[in-house]
Amino acid sequence: MNKIMVEGINKNMDEIIERWIRRMKEEKGERFFHFMPDHLVEKTSREFAELMTSNITDSSAANTERINDFTEKVVRFGWAIKFVNKAIDNFSDVVFEFLEEQEIINEGNLRSFNTIFRNWINPLRESIIDAYSTEWERTVSLQKIALQELSASLIPVFDKISVMPLVGTIDTERAKLIMENLLEGVVSQRAEVVLLDITGVPVVDTMVAHHIIQAAEAVRLVGAKCMLVGIRPEIAQTIVALGINLHEFTTKSTLQRGMQAALGMTNRAIVEVEAN
Amino acid sequence: MDLRSSVEIITEWDIVAARQLGRNEAKKAGFGTVDQARITTAISELARNIYLYAGKGKIEIERVTDNGKFGIKIIASDEGPGIPDLRKVMEDGFSTSGGLGAGMPGVKRLMDEFKVVSETGAGTTITTTKWLH
Ligand SMILES: Nc1ncnc2c1ncn2[C@@H]1O[C@H](COP(=O)(O)OP(=O)(O)OP(=O)(O)O)[C@@H](O)[C@H]1O
Ligand SMILES: [Mg+2]
Repeated sequence: MNKIMVEGINKNMDEIIERWIRRMKEEKGERFFHFMPDHLVEKTSREFAELMTSNITDSSAANTERINDFTEKVVRFGWAIKFVNKAIDNFSDVVFEFLEEQEIINEGNLRSFNTIFRNWINPLRESIIDAYSTEWERTVSLQKIALQELSASLIPVFDKISVMPLVGTIDTERAKLIMENLLEGVVSQRAEVVLLDITGVPVVDTMVAHHIIQAAEAVRLVGAKCMLVGIRPEIAQTIVALGINLHEFTTKSTLQRGMQAALGMTNRAIVEVEAN
Repeated sequence: MDLRSSVEIITEWDIVAARQLGRNEAKKAGFGTVDQARITTAISELARNIYLYAGKGKIEIERVTDNGKFGIKIIASDEGPGIPDLRKVMEDGFSTSGGLGAGMPGVKRLMDEFKVVSETGAGTTITTTKWLH
């Protein structure tokens, strides 16, 4: 029965593909094909149709190798998962209708054809969903790692003076990391003044402020001073509106000014020397 | 024209999504950098409160007009435990979580209009607006 079905499909592949493309183009909200040049639509569609057809098997057990091949190639098309799902749906609908028209499917064998279709379509769909979600999980975890690598290192700039540039959004996890790196660095670098540069922090809300205050307090406990620099004017205003008290801090608008102040606090200064 | 957009707050990263949306809307509405920062920070506070105290909820952002004035309205709503003592949470320094207790009174100062409706056991809705001057 499967053989008849495959033959029926293969013999009329052009017609099936044409109908499938038409139906995909009619899908509301899916503008995918509209951006694709026609010859590419034709080529990809044919490939998709062939991959679909190659997965019609004789037994109820799915052919894992074929399925993997299907998934791997379809994922490479770069379609959105919603689109792939629709593509599979529409393909099986078109094939079903076509086989009905050809009277290959009739009332007598409808039931067994239903089973064949189910055994054909379900594993493909599951495999696709699995591949996409694995890919997403991988992306998310890679980005998490990338974000952690971006997190906060304390840089010794001068003897006794270190800087920590903070870049990006500070969530609870990063805040912990910042605190650890800060304290560890202060001790190992024998820093007396630490400049926390928040130029690259997009939003300073109460949580971020709280973490900064706690970090400064901890730095003070290990015998150093913490200075907050890189406070953009709009951030200064929101900090004031939030009523956050930074009086215990030395604050400077720029890293440059902070550095000058830090040198002063450690009894040093940068002087210009005349060239001879 | 759809003038309202919203972000569900379920994870800590949704807070970032909400304020990103707020910043974009504020920019589109013509607010300057200082007001953009105010609006974004207010959203950050409200979204974090939802995340911390209600577990989940949503932030809606809407363009509003009133007598020729233009503005942005933020609606933060949740079905969490509610706030038993509204007067207390509006005091600077009141926190049940060891925070600074600056969020709620801060949002009120950052924005132009501010209203809290809360019912114990049923949830909280905070509506706050910033006008373009
Ligand atoms: N959506 C909410 N549902 C229930 N309780 C809330 C909600 N929002 C705020 N609260 C209560 O109000 C208190 C004050 O909130 P507020 O944001 O001012 O300070 P905080 O969150 O404790 O600290 P932070 O300064 O970091 O914001 C909270 O500690 C909490 O008990
Ligand atoms: Mg808060």
